[in-house]
Amino acid sequence: MINIFEVNETNEMIEKENLDVRTITMGISLLDCISDDLDKLNNNIYEKITAKAKNLVSVGKEIEGEFGIPIVNKRISVTPIALIGASACKGPDDFITVAKTLDKAAREVSVNFIGGYSALVSKGMTKADEDLIKSIPGALSSTKLVCSSVNLGSTKTGINMDAVRLMGQIIKETAKATAKEDSLGCAKLVVFCNAPDDNPFMAGAFHGVTEADSIINVGVSGPGVVNTVLKKVRGESFEVLCETIKRTAFKVTRVGQLVAGEASKRLGVPFGIVDLSLAPTPAIGDSVADILCEIGLEHAGAPGTTAALALLNDQVKKGGVMASSYVGGLSGAFIPVSEDQGMIDAVEAGSLSIEKLEAMTCVCSVGLDMIAIPGDTKASTISGLIADEMAIGMVNQKTTAVRVIPVVGKGVGEKVEFGGLLGYAPIMPVNEYSCDAFINRRGRIPAPIHSFKN
Amino acid sequence: MKKTIITVVGKDTVGIIAKVCTYLANNRINILDISQTIVQDYFNMMMIADMNDSSKPFSDVSEELKQIGEEIGVVIRCQREDIFKSMHRV
Repeated sequence: MINIFEVNETNEMIEKENLDVRTITMGISLLDCISDDLDKLNNNIYEKITAKAKNLVSVGKEIEGEFGIPIVNKRISVTPIALIGASACKGPDDFITVAKTLDKAAREVSVNFIGGYSALVSKGMTKADEDLIKSIPGALSSTKLVCSSVNLGSTKTGINMDAVRLMGQIIKETAKATAKEDSLGCAKLVVFCNAPDDNPFMAGAFHGVTEADSIINVGVSGPGVVNTVLKKVRGESFEVLCETIKRTAFKVTRVGQLVAGEASKRLGVPFGIVDLSLAPTPAIGDSVADILCEIGLEHAGAPGTTAALALLNDQVKKGGVMASSYVGGLSGAFIPVSEDQGMIDAVEAGSLSIEKLEAMTCVCSVGLDMIAIPGDTKASTISGLIADEMAIGMVNQKTTAVRVIPVVGKGVGEKVEFGGLLGYAPIMPVNEYSCDAFINRRGRIPAPIHSFKN
Repeated sequence: MKKTIITVVGKDTVGIIAKVCTYLANNRINILDISQTIVQDYFNMMMIADMNDSSKPFSDVSEELKQIGEEIGVVIRCQREDIFKSMHRV
């Protein structure tokens, strides 16, 4: 039988160490909503989402109450809208009406975010893909809850550099369109290489076409829990360190698995995956950077950071995989800057640069995430940052992403406040040398060779 | 049988167990096990209860126990046993 010490350990994790289930995300296929009539399409989408997700929030709250574990977000992901709207939408403005429908449906069922305003263009763009991408600034500035993502490359197809060039401009335009809110629109826009079909985390969640009609995916979180247990093994060997992380990841993930199972049962929707990511929040102590410090660095970004992060990421996976029957999504340690107080401290101390963050993304999920850069950064420079990150994902057969915010009217040394889970960020300097001639080439980077690995 | 874990944490005072047990008895909730310890000067009690015949739904019991806790200055929490089992048992 469960004893009082085990009960206390769990409750301390929840109360003092910010253990929570970060999100229950319901993936909903919109393939059966397709119509060549725009009004009919919007109507079908609204009806399907509000019918499928009507009990999502109430069931989430019920589970929170019964198990005593906070479930921070309840979200929805849908089939990439570029596919769904291809037949009805004749231009970017038509796509914006779909974004507004998603927003309205999300409000109706009271979820925190809805993801899937997306296009998958890793090899080429259809007219609909291009229209959707061009509508992103308008869509994100006229909605509150819609998140957008674009997959620009993959290990199998290479990198679509035409789309990379376009996304540099779109990110700039989105920043301008939401300039009044410190370019907040860019926090809801992410580009990927090797985007997973079952990611429950925003802004990159969408419901892949390989998925069932609807599905429940769960993302757990627990940087604070890992950090606290590591305090007890200071100075111990790597073996002890790794074992400790693994055990903790196991416990954290088991909670995710339990919640996912319960949610799936109560909603009558099949369970998809648990995403093992260590996702930080701006709350003090809920930081991945703090774990790196606890492993032995003065600040995140110091020499040794990449190795420490590689170790952490791998142990989290090893512990988590056994705790869950199906693992998927991004599953690794997240290193967003604005959402992690330890990362913010490291940037302010001058220890962490974009270049070091890029190196860190080689060994963890997901990429250059929630990084505020000067508002006057050129579109081609942003495309260059994206291309670098996509190349890392393509060659290493992993998911990588870029979510940067060129904050209009602000420069290096200033701060930007996004609020809530998105946190705040100091503006980071970007290498100012030009990559125009590289980015202005047409076409795509071929897929890498899959042999002779080194 | 769905078991429920009730924990009481706070400053020790007269009648904590009595109050909680009276409430449970009035609502037909059977206590299967009680253990108690003092952690860092704090009163710490755990009960394993069977709520199958409970006269009220889980959410009401949880809310009312929380209120009783507030009246006597302790934190009372009501959780399904599954969360502890899944975390601590392979």
